[in-house]
Amino acid sequence: MSATSTGPTGWKRALGLVPFAAFFFLPLYAMADFSTRTIQGLGRTLNGWRNLIADPQIYAAILTSLGLAALTVTLMLMLLVPTMIWVRLRAPWATRIIEFLCLLPLTIPALVIVVGMRDVYLWVVWIFGESALTLSFVYTILVLPYAYRAIDGALSSIDVKTLSEAARSLGAGWGTTIARIVVPNIWSGILSAAFISIAVVLGEYTIASLAGYQNLQVVIVTIGKADGMTAVAASLATLLFGFVLLLTLSVLTRGRSQTLTPEPLDGSHS
Amino acid sequence: MQLTRVAAAALTASVSLFALTACGPPSSSNDNAGSDAASATSAEDLGGMDALIKAAQKEGELNVIALPPTWANYGEIIKTFADKYKIKVNSALPDAASQDEINAAKQQKGKSTAPDVFDVGQSVALANTDMFAPYKVATWGDVPDGFKEETGLWVNDYGGYMAIGYNSDKVPDVTKLSDLLAPEFKGAVALNGDPTQAGAAFSGVMMAALANGGSADDIAPGVNFFEKLKNAGNFVAVDPTPATIESGQTPVVLDWDYLNAAETAKLPSWKVVIPSDGAPVAGYYFQAINKDAPHPAAARLWQEFLYSDEGQNLWLAGGARPIRGDAMAKAGTIDKAKWDALPTVAGTPVTPTEAQNKAAADYLAANWAKVVG
Amino acid sequence: MTMSFTRGSVRNALPLVPFFIFLLIFLIIPTVSVVNGSISQDGSYSLDKLAALSDGAAMGALLKSVLLSAVTAVIGAVLGAVLAWLIVSSPPTSVFRRVVTSICSVLAQFGGVALAFAFIATIGYSGVLTAWSKSVGGPDLYGTGWLYSVTGLILVYTYFQIPLMVIVFLPALEGLRVQWREAAVSLGATSRQYWTQVAGPLLAPAFLGATLLLFANAFAAYATAAALVSQGNPILPLMIRTALTSEVVLGQAGFAYALAFEMIIVVAIIMVGYGLLVRRTSRWLQ
Repeated sequence: MSATSTGPTGWKRALGLVPFAAFFFLPLYAMADFSTRTIQGLGRTLNGWRNLIADPQIYAAILTSLGLAALTVTLMLMLLVPTMIWVRLRAPWATRIIEFLCLLPLTIPALVIVVGMRDVYLWVVWIFGESALTLSFVYTILVLPYAYRAIDGALSSIDVKTLSEAARSLGAGWGTTIARIVVPNIWSGILSAAFISIAVVLGEYTIASLAGYQNLQVVIVTIGKADGMTAVAASLATLLFGFVLLLTLSVLTRGRSQTLTPEPLDGSHS
Repeated sequence: MQLTRVAAAALTASVSLFALTACGPPSSSNDNAGSDAASATSAEDLGGMDALIKAAQKEGELNVIALPPTWANYGEIIKTFADKYKIKVNSALPDAASQDEINAAKQQKGKSTAPDVFDVGQSVALANTDMFAPYKVATWGDVPDGFKEETGLWVNDYGGYMAIGYNSDKVPDVTKLSDLLAPEFKGAVALNGDPTQAGAAFSGVMMAALANGGSADDIAPGVNFFEKLKNAGNFVAVDPTPATIESGQTPVVLDWDYLNAAETAKLPSWKVVIPSDGAPVAGYYFQAINKDAPHPAAARLWQEFLYSDEGQNLWLAGGARPIRGDAMAKAGTIDKAKWDALPTVAGTPVTPTEAQNKAAADYLAANWAKVVG
Repeated sequence: MTMSFTRGSVRNALPLVPFFIFLLIFLIIPTVSVVNGSISQDGSYSLDKLAALSDGAAMGALLKSVLLSAVTAVIGAVLGAVLAWLIVSSPPTSVFRRVVTSICSVLAQFGGVALAFAFIATIGYSGVLTAWSKSVGGPDLYGTGWLYSVTGLILVYTYFQIPLMVIVFLPALEGLRVQWREAAVSLGATSRQYWTQVAGPLLAPAFLGATLLLFANAFAAYATAAALVSQGNPILPLMIRTALTSEVVLGQAGFAYALAFEMIIVVAIIMVGYGLLVRRTSRWLQ
């Protein structure tokens, strides 16, 4: 636990936080207000929110985006977790390469990826069909930087080598070692990676719109042209859902920030 | 060092994969590609209209794209066709633009969801004739020359004139374009899209050019007019939608007369006028059949339906001018009330040629940003 | 550590192959396609498309993008640093801190369309604040739709730049040990001297690095701008949109490649700077 750093406390802090709170909460309040207005401006209605389920277009888009999120998380975990564990155990020379590749999507904007992926996706569509779910391939790339950091942080906090050697010496195969020994110990990192990936996928617009797929954000924009109320309701719903997701994550990982490394002998730690 | 070996392996893999993706996937032809319907250039080739109807019903479905229900009454057209022939119509991406239709056809080539027919603007149509299949409808002779491609690759389907639609409850009456520079129109005038992107907005600027001393070859006065409009604070760079019109955010909209007319049906105070201070700008849309249509017979039946008296009158009901309008008026098969109700035009309509379009588009691409910012 | 090429090494590298292939197909090849597409013309190599980047409209879009990114990066960095400073005194496990960091994560990650609609709902034509201002006789907040122009984008971008700054800068502020302040005070430094001579120089690389990250974030942002600005291509990402979807000016897919290439270059330069600054930061602020 780090010592609390310098910073104002008490009423000075409260005073400083007020303008920020106002700036950030006003648009959210406005969204809540806007999405429950009737057209004439009198009274309240939940039509905008009801449309999230009643309107077939939005409902289908919500399902599509949720499906995309699930697929992306699965793909990302299947790709990243074994690779990163393996790198730590057997191929440490690849650490820098993997790190560079995983952080590369931060430098290559989604806009560039969607322009350059046209040829690749002609093949993807030919093999897998034109369901929007094929976007999960490129979405996995988009979430790599965040997922990598989360899982890497968790892997750094446990001694993978010792654990796996112990497991192997007791007769466990590689599959069992990874699945039943290492993974439960990096669970907070995996959860963190999964939740952030879900947030990114649900909010993704660039690639879906320019590649011509109908995911949640694309449909929100389309609907926004005709029915502002429902579009704002959908946007607020996504924000609230993401907030609940990330708050849950921070609650779940609260007790797991303890490290398992031995204390340094000279007692010097912050 | 194994690092170099890995790098070498990666390089080989990437080069080969890159070469592989650079050439597209094998274009899988769908089951119907070789069928009789796909190569039919008229109903006679298949043995008459009844045979065509039977073949289409056997296919059972039709894929259309970019046809909003309130655009020239397409909602009712689709429903009438589906009910009449018992063929399921899949209407994809109603808000897509002409280029999106071509993109979708290319991307979904060989798939059962590829678009069967296109309804696109002039530039996109003329640039993509290699994707169309030639077909001449039964009423081919009624379409004037110059409005159809001689082998039937494309035919003009409906058109209109650029008009000014305005909410008479919110702004004073408008008869000509220069009226819009008045201070009563502050923050009121909108174009239907960005002229460098959307055909309707492009024609709007062309209309302004014709009203200010320009011509089909010279769109600069049109751009200058919008600059004046912007400086007066009258121009809003917001896409008009039924929502913005009804809320009053865009009380004046420059758009095709049939699209503005659709709004009058919803908002009685919405009036449509073709400005009198310049030659009217005419624009027709182009109808074509996808060469690789997954439902070739249904696509051809759709074409026959659109150019039949019934289909043409349905377009007229949407406020658009059907291409066979004059011939039908002579034959007495047109819906006379609606035909007479179409806005009158003064002066000879101007339809820019493809070359004029391209020159104007290039000028806009270079100069429009300076106006709108 | 050098290792000779043995069978074991190949076996060790093999499980990494799926990962590399996946990245190759979905990241490397698109990037290479963009670069290749921008320097080739009908099969042979040519610099025509890149030359088109120096055209008036393209240059204007680049300049506006840079301006928008720089302004929002600086505003976001300063305000975000202040906000981070305000919350750093709570322990990391306190409810308050966790709620605030969750909110910041959501706002920084979600961005895009949701925020565009949030602002339309606030100061759009029928926005809540606009209506309230009208009812109390205040200024006309909607005006001629400035929200849908670059000015509007500055306001909306700031909304997600500040949380991003908080997330990125908070660890650096945390690394500022209380002991250092105590040591400085015990040596006779005033608060001002502490900030200008101890904390300032320590935080500067982190602050500058975070600002660069914010710049790259704003520069590459597309969704918010696309949702707000439906007419005009004032900034680079929107110009790419027009190049890909316009039905008026055709055959611009190649121009889109050149524009995308330009984006990669700018963002890459910024990220290299960011990397260098992060390395300097990590020396002191573990």
